Amino acid sequence: MPLNTNANIARIDDFYQELIDMHRDLSEAQSMNVNAKLILLLANHIGDNDILHDAIKIAKDDL
Amino acid sequence: MPNAYEYPKFDYIQSDEQKNDKIKRHCVVIIGAGPVGLTAALDFAVQGIKSIILDDNNTVSIGSRAVCYAKRPLEIWDKLGCAAPMVDKGVAWNVGKVFRDDEEIYKFDLLPEDDHKMPAFINLQQYYLEEYLVNRCGDFSDLIEIRWKSKVISLKNIGDFAILQVETPDGIYQIQSDWMVVCDGANSDSRNMMGLDFTGKFFQDRFLIADVIMKADFPPERWFWFNPPFHRGQSVLLHKQPENIWRIDFQLGWDCDPEEEKKHENVIPRLQEMLGKDVDFELEWVSVYQFACRRMENFRHGNVFFAGDSAHQVSPFGARGANTGVQDIDNLGWKLKLVVDGKAPESLLDSYNEERAFAADDNILNSTRSTDFISPKSEISKAFRDATLDLAKDYQFARPMVNSGRLSLPTPYIDSSLNTKDSDEFNSDISVGCNCPDAPIIKNGDDIWLLNILSGQFKILVFGDIAGDISLNMDNITYDVIVIGKDIIDEKGILTKRYDGKDGTVYLIRPDQHIAGRWRQFDRDKIYNAIMRATGNSPVGEI
Repeated sequence: MPLNTNANIARIDDFYQELIDMHRDLSEAQSMNVNAKLILLLANHIGDNDILHDAIKIAKDDL
Repeated sequence: MPNAYEYPKFDYIQSDEQKNDKIKRHCVVIIGAGPVGLTAALDFAVQGIKSIILDDNNTVSIGSRAVCYAKRPLEIWDKLGCAAPMVDKGVAWNVGKVFRDDEEIYKFDLLPEDDHKMPAFINLQQYYLEEYLVNRCGDFSDLIEIRWKSKVISLKNIGDFAILQVETPDGIYQIQSDWMVVCDGANSDSRNMMGLDFTGKFFQDRFLIADVIMKADFPPERWFWFNPPFHRGQSVLLHKQPENIWRIDFQLGWDCDPEEEKKHENVIPRLQEMLGKDVDFELEWVSVYQFACRRMENFRHGNVFFAGDSAHQVSPFGARGANTGVQDIDNLGWKLKLVVDGKAPESLLDSYNEERAFAADDNILNSTRSTDFISPKSEISKAFRDATLDLAKDYQFARPMVNSGRLSLPTPYIDSSLNTKDSDEFNSDISVGCNCPDAPIIKNGDDIWLLNILSGQFKILVFGDIAGDISLNMDNITYDVIVIGKDIIDEKGILTKRYDGKDGTVYLIRPDQHIAGRWRQFDRDKIYNAIMRATGNSPVGEI
């Protein structure tokens, strides 16, 4: 199964707000820390090296 | 000099050629009587090749140095008849603890896989290992001559053979040799004398290594600290060796003063803080070790082969130095034997570089990954490392990400030019180019191990009974056919499972116990050609 790049989250506005709220009142170092933890948690949940590889590639594609 | 071990003093004996001032041409000369050089002499001797080892010292390793020996080198030493004393003396730890700052964040149990003759690894001081290897060399007194206090001061490869000038307490004399195996370590004088490169410093670091004798019971566990209060910003590793001696490695970084760090008055307070005030210990030995990650471009230069740290150097994480050096020799020995006997073309020896440089790159990759985790090189790298440690405390998934050194495993030669690629379907963890996993078997009513019958020459392992003629019509390369169910019994079914054996399955196994090819049927032409390919000869119809 390839990386799903179609909309897939049911309550998308809830998620986005939660993501931004996660960083409220955090220092830059703390934000970096929670972002890193979030990536590691989600990457483990996905668990498929090929999908993770595709996501990493897309994330860096337009730089 | 430390006191916990009595260092043997080997006798210097003046060689006949120096005494008689007569230059002699030898078949093989090995430089360096460390774990790799001694293993080389044993490997050659088991195959009937005479060799001479030259070493500038006359004792074993000073200090414990390389202390962790993995399963594959133990299997190789078992082939050479000297693993038993190592395994008997060595200790294994199964419980590891990971600390961060002043807190234990988790512990783990290694739970090694059952049904292998050799353990996953042992901890053993390098001086014991070398002592056992020297003892074993003594069993081949007609084939191995160790010349102690013999320092090579010049080395020239002049095409057909090499010329060495050797300095002994009696002066300087010349030796000539058809083949040379250089095992004189990371700072190889031989490599420098030949003007060869040693490139690719990916990073460099220093470690303070200390042997501590514990006066009271202390658990036989491996403890690894990230950023401990007694050594801020660095890592520390503690693990057990035989005889109540614990090894402690302090990472120092590159900007320290090694002489200052080494002073006992600086080491002891740090150890006290680390072990706890009430732990009574004695500092046995302390040394500073520095390394870079690099390798030679080519491990073969004509008749001269480089093996072990002289050819490639890695960080100590994962114990990849001596362990991989021994596998260099395992790879070289049988090839050299075939070439010396005129049964394979000299080009077979190029595959030594092909396969072992590939393994060196794999080791450098693994050790670089460990180093990047232990000493992150950027802010973001540190953020991910710290996040991993944050999560590891409470969440199991993050623990395997914590990389404080991965156990040294043999590198499969997956793309080797000696391989015959799979044309049939197999469903197993192993593939062509892998070393053979061990399995318990029964032979002539005795419980033995598969690897004990897979050495010396090519082996053809056949699952199930084969009807008809199974000879290959091969005159120069010797091989044995082993039929499972007839020659050996796989009572537990582990061999069949590990090799995905079905009726008719055939494995072709090289003398170094790596898989050269495998098929679902016994096809004489295919096996014949695979042996030709694995020995650097031209397969029929593929010239």
